[in-house]
Amino acid sequence: MAPGGSLRGGNKNGERAGDRAARSIATAAGATILVALAGVGIFLLARGLPALRAGEGDLPDGATNFWQLAGPLAFGSIWAAALALLFAVPVAVAVALFITMYAPRRFAGPLGAIVDLLAAIPSVVYGLWGLMVFAPLTAGLYGWLGDRVGWFPLFAGKTSATGRTILTAALVLAIMVLPIIASVCREVFIQTPTLSVEAALALGATRWEMIRMAVFPFARSGIVSGAMLGLGRALGETMAVAMVLSPTPFLMTFRLLNSTNPNTIAASIAQNFPEAYGMEVNALIGLGLLLFAITFAVNYLARRVVARAHPGG
Amino acid sequence: MAVIALDRAPAIALPRGIRRSRRTVNATATVAITGLFVLALVPLGSLLWTAASRGLARFDVEFFTNSMLGVVGGGGGALHAIVGTGLITGATILLSVPVGVTAAVYLVEYGRGWFKRTVTFLVDVMTGIPSIVAGLFAYAVFSLILGPGMRSGVAGALALSLLMIPVVVRSSEEMLRLVPDELREASYALGVPKYRTILKVVLPTSISGIVAGVMIGIARIVGETAPLLLVAGYTDVMNYNLFSERITTLPVFIYSQWKNKGMDVAAYDDRAWTAALVLIAFVLLLNLVSRLVARLFAPKAR
Repeated sequence: MAPGGSLRGGNKNGERAGDRAARSIATAAGATILVALAGVGIFLLARGLPALRAGEGDLPDGATNFWQLAGPLAFGSIWAAALALLFAVPVAVAVALFITMYAPRRFAGPLGAIVDLLAAIPSVVYGLWGLMVFAPLTAGLYGWLGDRVGWFPLFAGKTSATGRTILTAALVLAIMVLPIIASVCREVFIQTPTLSVEAALALGATRWEMIRMAVFPFARSGIVSGAMLGLGRALGETMAVAMVLSPTPFLMTFRLLNSTNPNTIAASIAQNFPEAYGMEVNALIGLGLLLFAITFAVNYLARRVVARAHPGG
Repeated sequence: MAVIALDRAPAIALPRGIRRSRRTVNATATVAITGLFVLALVPLGSLLWTAASRGLARFDVEFFTNSMLGVVGGGGGALHAIVGTGLITGATILLSVPVGVTAAVYLVEYGRGWFKRTVTFLVDVMTGIPSIVAGLFAYAVFSLILGPGMRSGVAGALALSLLMIPVVVRSSEEMLRLVPDELREASYALGVPKYRTILKVVLPTSISGIVAGVMIGIARIVGETAPLLLVAGYTDVMNYNLFSERITTLPVFIYSQWKNKGMDVAAYDDRAWTAALVLIAFVLLLNLVSRLVARLFAPKAR
């Protein structure tokens, strides 16, 4: 047997009493995680399901059934998160490239730490900043866009004067998910085989050509999985959206600059829960279950992409 | 080194136009990538600057020694929120560190077969749980016991544990795997049982990394707002009891200062920014200290 092969796996024969106890305790901790997650599923199902059968009058915003409530919110969540990714992925890839391929090696660590600071800032602070600093800044730009390019369907309609639109919310989300995507990208960029890099350079490639020929093909799945992890985070992000966005119930629109905006699932739970009672609580828990299912699917796909690209790794 | 002549297109005999266009593309890419990197840091700079400049207005003794009891307009402070943050964070640590570290020990030292794979997978799933869903779960559990409309600190700690446990498991797991097998073998060779090897050799060797991981976990949950807004609620007054009544933390304080403004808007905004400044400073400090702990107390690698 290889050295160390039997050290970690452990064997059950001839175990001492102390060892048996320790094994049981450790296994119980693993089981706790299983129980906790099963608990999340069961409790959310038990408390959320009644809302599926609820009718008019019991649900928030006067919805006639659960899906009339959930549909537009799910749309808003996905639309805002997709927009956020659209902005965040190119910037995150550039940030990771800058740190791994352009900046001097010595600065790679500190620069990475600075970008990670973006992830350390609490979301409620992003909300406050987005609301008081960022949204007013964007309002002027939106006015200009609305006047000049209002014919473009995404920019159509009456432009918001406060800047508290879904585009602003998506931009704030983009800032918040950027560090996760950037750190995943950084990890895969650094693992680009040195041979490919040096081969490309030896053939006379410029730095950008080397990145295109050696780094990107190698890192494609890593970028995709980083983007998916960012998507999962953007879908579940609550406070920043709840504070920045000025939502309109039941609205489903792709328009970006209006003062009426679709709301997201997470933000709507945070806005309505503190004052909710009765069936409304069940409806919000049902929405939470839906959000859990969506983020679970996204994260699961992200990990499948990684697993397929690096089997056994 | 390979990096020397990267920005110059090579002197091969290509038509001049092609050489120039390749050089232009390369230069454009360099400028674009550097520009986007700087762009990514602009919001961070703006946010930190705003928090520092607006937060200093109320960064005074009153802020740290008073609650919001009876305060309308100016004055008042966030002592109740600071105490609440400490209590709820402490309870969360008590709940999640033992479970998280022991689960990591299970995964590294004992885990085998399908159960190990399942636990690993579930930790991944847990990492992706939106914080607001964790809050809804804690509400669903505690409202069964305490009835609908309940608000309490322990429910908040339960929700936050769900977010902190995966962080602790992941980082501890990584640290335990770094412990060289030679150390375990040496211990076994002396006839030391496995559990004592884990307690006396493996854990002490990796303790600095585990502590650093726990600090990162704390930094993640201390800024959480959504779950606490649902289950711990907001109050203006001191509450030292995690098991009954509403209890406020700093993030929820920030939110409620913005949400429930009185007539004197500036006073509420100032308090919110001061609380944000305190929170950011604390989170950054935790990140910094965790790096230091990981570096200074790391086992001497040979």
